[in-house]
Amino acid sequence: MDIKKTPLYQLHQDCKAKFVEFAGYQMPIQYSEGIVEEHKFTRNHSGIFDVSHMGQLFIYGGEELTQDLEKIFPLNLKNLKLNHSKYSFLMNEDAGIHDDLIITKINEGFLIILNAACKESDFDILKNFLKGKYKMILDDNRSLIAIQGPKSSNILNDVIDGVKDLNFMSGNWFSFENQKIYITRSGYTGEDGFEISILNSFADKLTRELIKKGSKLIGLGARDTLRLEAGLCLYGHDLDKDKTPVEANLKWAISKERISKGDFIGSDIIIKQINNGVSKIRVGIKPEGRIIAREKTKIFNQSDVHIGEITSGTFGPSVNGPVAMGYVENQFSKKNTRVYLEVRGKKHPASICSLPFYKKSYVKGAN
Amino acid sequence: MSEVKYSKEHEWIKLEGDVATVGITKHATEMLGDIVFAELPEKGSNVEKDGTAGVVESTKAASDVYTPVSGEVVDTNQAIVDDPSKINQDPENSAWFFKLKIKDPSEMDALMNREDYDKFAKETSS
Repeated sequence: MDIKKTPLYQLHQDCKAKFVEFAGYQMPIQYSEGIVEEHKFTRNHSGIFDVSHMGQLFIYGGEELTQDLEKIFPLNLKNLKLNHSKYSFLMNEDAGIHDDLIITKINEGFLIILNAACKESDFDILKNFLKGKYKMILDDNRSLIAIQGPKSSNILNDVIDGVKDLNFMSGNWFSFENQKIYITRSGYTGEDGFEISILNSFADKLTRELIKKGSKLIGLGARDTLRLEAGLCLYGHDLDKDKTPVEANLKWAISKERISKGDFIGSDIIIKQINNGVSKIRVGIKPEGRIIAREKTKIFNQSDVHIGEITSGTFGPSVNGPVAMGYVENQFSKKNTRVYLEVRGKKHPASICSLPFYKKSYVKGAN
Repeated sequence: MSEVKYSKEHEWIKLEGDVATVGITKHATEMLGDIVFAELPEKGSNVEKDGTAGVVESTKAASDVYTPVSGEVVDTNQAIVDDPSKINQDPENSAWFFKLKIKDPSEMDALMNREDYDKFAKETSS
């Protein structure tokens, strides 16, 4: 299969990106300044992320669609206001996670943002659940550009007037070069920011304007260190089909009303786990010293018993030290529990900590 | 004048008398990206030619550091452990990794000179 390129490929090249293949796309891992500088620039100023590889799924329909989607997602979609978004997941019958996603109520139905590696299989799963009743478009005519960091609101507002007034986890249609673009106030870095859905042919122009206003392109490398510091999960690493939202400590994203009523895919397991607890759970892990514990690092308790595994681990530039997340047996999940991480044959001390590692600065909103 | 040679694993080695200073090349640091962690061999330990003698980690991944020749570790550069970003800043000078009392000077013969290394680095990265 040919490796795909996003509409910003030429711009990435112009900005001297180093590329990697990610989910079938040629994506920038970093630019000339490197991951640490890009990370800090996003935290202190404003960074632009090409996330056009992610899926933008439009599903068109009315009340019946809302009812049908409630059988799939553990959300109270009936009460989701127009242009408001929720974080959720597509689960299997065992409540294992097929994908994590953002669903937004739009005028004609819903817009769902899906992970790049899962988007085609998600489409098939959803189409099957919805029995082909609704028009579904996995739109590859649109790019997705995220702009994140404290200066992003001013920078984007200079180009697209009015975006400043959006609340966190809500969106609206705006106009750029007489084209309709959909912008939500959201992101995945732990910073205030926006995600812009725009026709492919205008993506390059918009991005270049944002760069002119002082924002900079940021690669997938810094995207990973930013989201991990913010305690956010990466599908395929921290989340997969063998983990449930309760185990992933994402219970907050499940509507309380829906838990009491059940009747969504995986609800039996979710309800059981909420009532009876889980045997393993996702936690933050802070290694002592500078040693980095990466994905698949084994976690031991003080009696040298294997109690879990790291699912994401890196160096956090804003924390200025190593950070990690992983799953441990529930009894060892309490904050400040001392654990040991086996790196290159040696066990290194670490402690369970609360997430995020880096304090969020989202704008307040009606979420 | 002291002699600097280069290995296919992108280490440089500078021999002065029977003590060799080892570090990683600028080309290596450019491939690795931002270095955020460094681990060095223990002083007094013996390392074998082409064996691992340390680790560097970037934000992306961990990589072993090899020793191009055998010898006893007589000194290590704690400054790069305390601040690994020094390795990106000055890899072929102040950010050296360790010093070895070498066993067999002839092990130096098989290593590359600067010109050959630059050619090698260019070929392998393209």
